[in-house]
Amino acid sequence: MTNEDIDHLATMLKARSGLILGSDKTYLIESRLAPVARREGFASVSALLASLRTKRDEKLMTVVTDAMTTNETFFFRDKVPFDQFKSDVLPALSKTRMNGDIKIWCAACSTGQEPYSLAMLMDEARIQFPRVNLDILATDISDRCLEKAQSGLYTQFEVQRGLPITMMVKNFEKVDEMWRISPKLRQSIRFKKVNLLDDLRMVGRQDVIYCRNVLIYFDLETKKKVLEQMATLLADDGYLFLGAAETVLGITDVFKPMQGMRGLYVKNQVAQSTPLRKLA
Amino acid sequence: MKTCLVVDDSRVIRKVARRILENLQFEVIEANDGLEALNSCKEKMPSAILLDWNMPVMDGITFLRQLRKEDGGKAPVVVFCTTENDLAHITEALTEGASEYIMKPFDGEILEAKFSEVGLI
Repeated sequence: MTNEDIDHLATMLKARSGLILGSDKTYLIESRLAPVARREGFASVSALLASLRTKRDEKLMTVVTDAMTTNETFFFRDKVPFDQFKSDVLPALSKTRMNGDIKIWCAACSTGQEPYSLAMLMDEARIQFPRVNLDILATDISDRCLEKAQSGLYTQFEVQRGLPITMMVKNFEKVDEMWRISPKLRQSIRFKKVNLLDDLRMVGRQDVIYCRNVLIYFDLETKKKVLEQMATLLADDGYLFLGAAETVLGITDVFKPMQGMRGLYVKNQVAQSTPLRKLA
Repeated sequence: MKTCLVVDDSRVIRKVARRILENLQFEVIEANDGLEALNSCKEKMPSAILLDWNMPVMDGITFLRQLRKEDGGKAPVVVFCTTENDLAHITEALTEGASEYIMKPFDGEILEAKFSEVGLI
């Protein structure tokens, strides 16, 4: 593949998904796009990239972007963000949301394990919080991921990553060699295609936002833009969960970390009321 | 150091499990079937048992029922590790006192996650 082709791919990926393709990513491109090249009838990845550059085929651009974005996820990934939700976020919000509705947005839900984990967790906590109703919106940029998330079908390998066996028995049924999550849980989540680079106002007001392991793929300016849009959507007493290796520090002051709660952020009310922030 | 008894009639599986468990700082003991495992437990109860279902002489579920009747036999944390992957088998294992259930094929990541789930690591 030529440098010109790689540069074009990098530009396209940044524009379409925010993904920053670092230098020396030949191996990543080759391994992610070889299956796409095969499927789409190209002789090689180089041929695919050349076509991408000269033809500007919308469908091809979508499948290539899809394949280049990382969709790694599993049930109850990192555990801590779910423990914190149960021990701190849920008790706090259940006191202030009089009608019991708590709106949660999984901003990059990939194949659905994160929203389903939250739904299962809520099911377990039902006795403690009988009035609470989680309204979960799960979005992703990838059609392929959303389709899988909506089907609720997981491989044996996937249901064994992070999911306690008792929860699996309770919430899944075996369908041939796959496991399908219960219709009740599937119907409790709204899945929607959302690109975080777009205007996010249509997402609507949220009480909790999970945006884990997404910002690491963006450049500073994009991270800032996404976080600031999220701050406008989040209720003043809402919560933002980022990935374990992510932070808002040095990016924006619209959020501040919660003391002693790794990965958990709240809105910085002082910064919120400073209109000059918008000019920065 | 915690001990884990690996019960499986496949030498290859025992070897794979041993390598993973030793990396997780377990002392590993092996048994080829349920009866061997029961004798080993009567001598000294391990902290954990990784247990296959289908084995000659005595199968995993029979071993588990016998184990729970022994003196101190309620203590070991039992994790099934078997090709039986239907809800009926899983439910039966949990009813008889298994804490977790691994469906073969498995890898180090799954074993570690399951052991962590039940507080062994």
